[in-house]
Amino acid sequence: METVISLAKVTAELGGRPVLRGIDLAVRPGEAVALLGANGSGKSTAVRAVVGQVPVTGGELTLFGSPVRRFRDWARVGYVPQRSTAAAGVPATVREVVSAGRLARRRLRPLGRADRAAVDRALGLVGLADRAAESVNDLSGGQHQRVLIARALTGEPDVLIMDEPLAGVDLDSQQVLADTLREALGRGVSVLLVLHELGPLQPLIDRAVVLADGRVERTVERPGRLPGTQTACHPPTAADELSATPTLRTGIL
Amino acid sequence: MLELLDYPFMQRALLAALLIGVAAPAVGIYLVQRRQALMGDGIGHVALTGVALGFLLDTSPVWMAVAVSSLGAVAMELLRSWGRARGDIALAMLFYGGMAGGVMIINLAPGGSTANLTSYLWGSVTTVSPSDITAITFLSGFVLLICLGLRRQLFAVCQDEEFARVTGLPVRTLNLLLAVTAAATVTVAMRVVGLLLVSALMVIPVVAAQQATRGFAMTLALSVAIGVLVSVSGTVTSYYVDVPPGATIVLIALGLFLLISALALPLARRRARRAAPVAPAVAKADPAVRS
Repeated sequence: METVISLAKVTAELGGRPVLRGIDLAVRPGEAVALLGANGSGKSTAVRAVVGQVPVTGGELTLFGSPVRRFRDWARVGYVPQRSTAAAGVPATVREVVSAGRLARRRLRPLGRADRAAVDRALGLVGLADRAAESVNDLSGGQHQRVLIARALTGEPDVLIMDEPLAGVDLDSQQVLADTLREALGRGVSVLLVLHELGPLQPLIDRAVVLADGRVERTVERPGRLPGTQTACHPPTAADELSATPTLRTGIL
Repeated sequence: MLELLDYPFMQRALLAALLIGVAAPAVGIYLVQRRQALMGDGIGHVALTGVALGFLLDTSPVWMAVAVSSLGAVAMELLRSWGRARGDIALAMLFYGGMAGGVMIINLAPGGSTANLTSYLWGSVTTVSPSDITAITFLSGFVLLICLGLRRQLFAVCQDEEFARVTGLPVRTLNLLLAVTAAATVTVAMRVVGLLLVSALMVIPVVAAQQATRGFAMTLALSVAIGVLVSVSGTVTSYYVDVPPGATIVLIALGLFLLISALALPLARRRARRAAPVAPAVAKADPAVRS
């Protein structure tokens, strides 16, 4: 089967500053790959390059075998961006935000009954079916993250790409997230996610790729099988500790 | 009380007010959602140059304003999306350029003076002509077709532009379409509330509605209702009392905003209290520093 995501010697810049300095990475069907690394190591830029939001300046990046620049089948990709704390200008309900994910399949056509059913399914998966009519501004950080994941799932993608899905997420929501991912992996969906630490997702991860300064520092296969690798594959640096401590309240560390 | 409907000029005025009451909030909601509430003002200033050009070239000021303000809105959107200028600075340039251009051009027109611009600056709904009504009806129809027909797509783009791009939506095209739609709305509304108060009718009904709503569709429906209520009641008021309709409409809208805010305050407090126990949501690191 074709590789879902493949990066070969990929380089990218942000504002003229090189951020990715030659990344090699592959996600095969049904695999869960975690990108780890300190702040500024290039993990977010790497996933934003994968979804075509940061231009690649060198190397080769392919999605389902096509170069990302020519890739058009975006309905196969479910993207969960970093959660922003800024409240939107106009209130929106949980259902309205999740329905936006369905546009990956409908594009400019209106949504129909099948779309509503898909939205219901995604809401059920993340345990927010009973909060569908509430404003997203009234949700906690963890619930908001679950909304963004439901939005990506509702397009029924073949790969989920998530940027820091555990950041600012309470323990309950972390568990829901792990269950949702396990369910998706069970259906053969591939997953690429940026994490600060593996946390409750550790048993699900097939490969952890540690980035440092825009390069792959090392790759750990099956980190969940080896007790104690969680700290080993994410060596705390001084800068990391400083920036990570206030944002991580997972109860795992 | 309905004897005002016997006068054709009032029939036209009320029809224009009704159409604008519907169209202005329908497009304004997307601008508010994107935090570009002042975009309507920027377009309004540019439209002034269009009106003046209409006088200079002896063509219809309304259609010239549509053309020039569409160009201005598209330029604003392109500047924003290329990130070449900060949104607020691009807006400021349009404000000044549009205003100065309008005043300069109207003085070049034969027999023209800034007095010609007054009815466009402050609105003059009771002088709407039958040909104005044709233009207003046509333009409102276009605005509503876009704003309601593509509401899910425009919502997605204005709510999370990066996500919308990754879903494969034609984000650039939708943004340009929204800019042109906003320009059309401004030129429609200029006859009723005037270019300097156009944006009020796009923004205040939306902001008033969202004090009491939790969802986007609900906010859209309520803001259109508020838009119609204030524009029609303002026009009727100006018939009975000798007050300028544009200013009356805007002041009624502001009053309604204050009223809804006051009524919704206890509701919001209760909701905040209920949400509080689950609120130890940790602030995510500043999105500007994401790597």
